[in-house]
Amino acid sequence: MGSLLNFPFLAAVILAGIALYILIFKKNMIKFIMGIALLEASVNLFFVALGYREGGGAPIYTNSPAGIMVLPVPQALVLTSIVIGVSILALMLSMAIRTYRHTGNIDTEKSRRMKG
Amino acid sequence: MRNFVASLFLGIAIVFLVSSALLVHPFGEPPAPMDDYIIQNAQAETGANNVVAAVLFDYRGFDTLGEATILFTAVTGVVMLFRKKETAEK
Amino acid sequence: MSKIVRTVANQLILFIFIFGLYIIIHGHITPGGGFQGGAVIASGAALMIVAFGSSRIQKGIKEKHLSILESSGAVIFIGLAFAGLAAAGVFFFNTLIGSPVFGHTPPTGPNPGDIWTGGIIPLMNVAVGLKVFAGLSAIILVMALASSGEEVEE
Repeated sequence: MGSLLNFPFLAAVILAGIALYILIFKKNMIKFIMGIALLEASVNLFFVALGYREGGGAPIYTNSPAGIMVLPVPQALVLTSIVIGVSILALMLSMAIRTYRHTGNIDTEKSRRMKG
Repeated sequence: MRNFVASLFLGIAIVFLVSSALLVHPFGEPPAPMDDYIIQNAQAETGANNVVAAVLFDYRGFDTLGEATILFTAVTGVVMLFRKKETAEK
Repeated sequence: MSKIVRTVANQLILFIFIFGLYIIIHGHITPGGGFQGGAVIASGAALMIVAFGSSRIQKGIKEKHLSILESSGAVIFIGLAFAGLAAAGVFFFNTLIGSPVFGHTPPTGPNPGDIWTGGIIPLMNVAVGLKVFAGLSAIILVMALASSGEEVEE
């Protein structure tokens, strides 16, 4: 069962909670994008914390000290996820800039009447 | 009313997240038969000292292929969004 | 930007590129790899764009050249994967293990590290590094041009 030892997971949960609050209650498009980036950061933190092993070193054998290693698969997944996050962030920001030029504001409630 | 429903949803989501964070394995002791296999056999099977690189490009190469596709799509989308208007109408 | 920033960026850019290349080429034996090295080189490109201005950079490097670089990285990556399919019948098979090029196998356990190991992994690191560098640089260049008021020329 859980204990205070699970604190890194709880940190990821706090980040995800802040991100969900932003996504639900904020109307500004830039703040919305910040919320999505924060949610992604929380998922990355959760993955890396999931793969940590007590006292383990980096999973690289070059001149490594003998002993146990942390799990390599979550690190590889997070490495892929970071690059995807950067590109998706760029795409979302471009769409926000484009929307602002079209409609004059970036409020998701007011810019409903976007013209082709 | 709308704010109340949204707050209710947020509360349920946070309760779910906290309980799941407390119910996963204890921090620092992951059960990992697959990762143990990869750590022990990566050098013999792929020849790379860096086990993360071995996972990225050999064991889970399809993930990297999908990532390459997503990066290409994002670059295409950004360039398309900022294109000159005349070329778009031609 | 001011003359101080431009001078420092001019001196620093070479070291940033060499560091990124080192990270990419040693990706299979030390911490690092294609993603990280490509991101380092792209940060150098971002430094150049910030220091000199996007319109001046665009006279030298067009966005379409970066797009061609990115596509060539993707083609090298998929070509290496298909080489495994052609040689052994398995997609992403490590065909170069045992060959004289990058074909050595390190001893199991901690060892000092040998650059000629890894099979296709170093080549894939180079391809992915090229792809990430060109893709991120193209995104930064296009967004900088757009936010400074100019539109991209096709």
